Amino acid sequence: METKSIMIVGVGGQGSLLASRILGQVLLAQGYAVKVSEVHGMSQRGGSVVTYVKYGDAVYSPVVEKGEADVIISFELLEAARWAGCLKQGGKIVTSTQTLDPMPVITGAASYPTEIIEKLRAMQIDVTAVDALTLAEEAGSAKASNVVLMGVVSKKMEFDEAVWQDALTQCVPAKFIDMNRKAFALGRAV
Amino acid sequence: MKKLMLGNDAFARGLYEAGCRFASSYPGTPSTEITEALAQYDEVYAEWAPNEKVAVESALGASFAGARSFAAMKHVGLNVAADPLYTAAYTGVNGGLVIAVADDPGMHSSQNEQDSRHHAIASKVPMLEPSDSQECKDFAILGYTLSEQFDTPVLVRTSTRVAHSQSAVELLPREEKDLVPYQKQPDKYVMMPANAKGRHVVVEQRTEDLIAYAETTPVNTIEDNGSNIGIITCGAAYQYAKEALSNTVNYFKLGMTNPLPRRKFLDFAASCKTIYVIEELDGILEAHCKALGIDCKGKEIFGCIGELNQVIIAEKLLGKTNAVTPYPEQLPVRPPVMCAGCPHRGVFYVLSKHKITVSGDIGCYTLGAAAPLQAMDWTICMGSSISCLHGFNHVLGKDAEHKSVAVIGDSTFMHSGLNSLVNVAYNASNSTIIILDNSITGMTGHQQNPTTGKNLKGDPAAAVDLVALCHAIGIERVRVADPYHLAEMEQAILEELAVDAPSVIISRRPCALLKYVKHNAPFHVDADRCKRCKMCMKLGCPAISMKDGKACIDHTQCVGCGICKELCKFDAIS
Repeated sequence: METKSIMIVGVGGQGSLLASRILGQVLLAQGYAVKVSEVHGMSQRGGSVVTYVKYGDAVYSPVVEKGEADVIISFELLEAARWAGCLKQGGKIVTSTQTLDPMPVITGAASYPTEIIEKLRAMQIDVTAVDALTLAEEAGSAKASNVVLMGVVSKKMEFDEAVWQDALTQCVPAKFIDMNRKAFALGRAV
Repeated sequence: MKKLMLGNDAFARGLYEAGCRFASSYPGTPSTEITEALAQYDEVYAEWAPNEKVAVESALGASFAGARSFAAMKHVGLNVAADPLYTAAYTGVNGGLVIAVADDPGMHSSQNEQDSRHHAIASKVPMLEPSDSQECKDFAILGYTLSEQFDTPVLVRTSTRVAHSQSAVELLPREEKDLVPYQKQPDKYVMMPANAKGRHVVVEQRTEDLIAYAETTPVNTIEDNGSNIGIITCGAAYQYAKEALSNTVNYFKLGMTNPLPRRKFLDFAASCKTIYVIEELDGILEAHCKALGIDCKGKEIFGCIGELNQVIIAEKLLGKTNAVTPYPEQLPVRPPVMCAGCPHRGVFYVLSKHKITVSGDIGCYTLGAAAPLQAMDWTICMGSSISCLHGFNHVLGKDAEHKSVAVIGDSTFMHSGLNSLVNVAYNASNSTIIILDNSITGMTGHQQNPTTGKNLKGDPAAAVDLVALCHAIGIERVRVADPYHLAEMEQAILEELAVDAPSVIISRRPCALLKYVKHNAPFHVDADRCKRCKMCMKLGCPAISMKDGKACIDHTQCVGCGICKELCKFDAIS
């Protein structure tokens, strides 16, 4: 099969690393060749971050560039817009509706863009927007937005739920597993 | 069994399987996780050293004792460790010695974009270069074989995309290695001129032997796809090229990038009509080709700045571009920022308010240079803040001395700031130094250091007493202040700047992201009391923004540090 490319985008500290590891684990369990590219270090500190997940028969480059992404999973609205140009024609976005002001907006040098979801749809993108933050807080922690979104994504992929549950067990520390399972279920039920 | 592993984790696995016993490193993105992962294996002793020079020297000593040993660092860390490296190249090893160096093309988390292959060439040490996680593991193991076979330290160079990408790795059991008995051999190990002259001859012969090995090693691979176009490449660039050009071209992939073979280059070039060299950063393979008289194109097409990727290669060589629909409007950028509750913020607020010249250093606090605080005038390298300030103050005298400070983190201070502080005391520099002691190595993701009281394994360790240390060096004026208490910090900074003597302020408050740090309840703004003065906005806190003309605090980010409350003149924040 042709290599599929997924981008996970958000703001440093939102948990894109865990999400990419869960997704990578699921794809490996399905027998695909997988590459997951992460971001560490300075860019993590509240900046715009992107991790890449690629899978197929053989994967060479770990990065996803403009016009190559099949799916973008976004933890924050402005970041969904920022990376939308990386989508292929017919690409999809699954995004949290959470907004976090970047520093130029905080200092008043720029304003936060409006009607992002509408503008993305006008670009002929299939957008699924979910209030992941509220669902995560319902599950027990605002930090679980990433796993809520994994729940949403799991419904859109053809793999058994059991594979996702196994990946959660492998990637999430034992003391947070119940809360994360709840977050995943709430996302899956959207 | 195949496991999805980060390049760095796979590297550690290779060291473990090869029987590595001793590892000493200093953290640095993108190399840090190798040593963290290695510390998880009980069979390997792994430690954080105060800097890369100490790490390499310790690993070299462990090698003399007969153990397979290891040190890891980022590209700029190898500059710090260059001194022992260049002479270890002469002494050679006893047990195998592998040194990992991680380059950062694109500067995701670095102050320059240097190419570590230059160090391999200049030090005459062999260098291996993996392009994915499996190769990280395999080349770590091969590194030990070559180190012991050719009696040399071996450098293994990764880059951000190799170190921080996960791909499948086949795991094997560990092979224990007996210690190679130590024998006193001054002519090999005591590098005084008479002995070093003899060893230089050995080094030159070894390079010739390594070139012969490079002609036949299976890690320098040719993929003949029956094309008349040949691609010469290495590391991550191979993966980008393979994705862009698939099997339409022939490949010569160098898994060993120093020393380079000669015959194999010439034979590959003779088998193709057109040769392109695709390598990140500097044109080192290309220069080798040209020295051999091979007609090729490389840097004139791809340049030497930033990362490569498959789209760049497809565009430059195939003229192919992807259809892209851009978002219809300009979007605000989102640069990295100091976290909500970051203890550095209080210090930078005071420095910004008083328009102090700030000699910066390497760490999270380099973000103090960003808007709105903009409280940094220069940043060069680890430990440079104190020494740069000393020179600056000496030339400009009182005008500078009363209006400039150096800022340096606890880990960076122990890395190489200490020597500079000794210089300040020794040469009676009227300089004011602020040690930003957040009790951890922050930027690289929370590593212990000699001031934290814990070692790499998390066990209790001796903690440097910074106050006593500064006194011992000869700095009489040393005081501790809490950056969460702005008035206290402001008083400390202004008083020490006014004094004609060297002084140190230790700004002490643990990183807000540390698990043991208890957060207060989030603060919120009473909109009726908020007078829109925007004083709180001057902090550049990512949790505070203006909503409908009034300040607003994001409860998911606020950790209740209370600095904004101290600034609010209208008691609107509680």
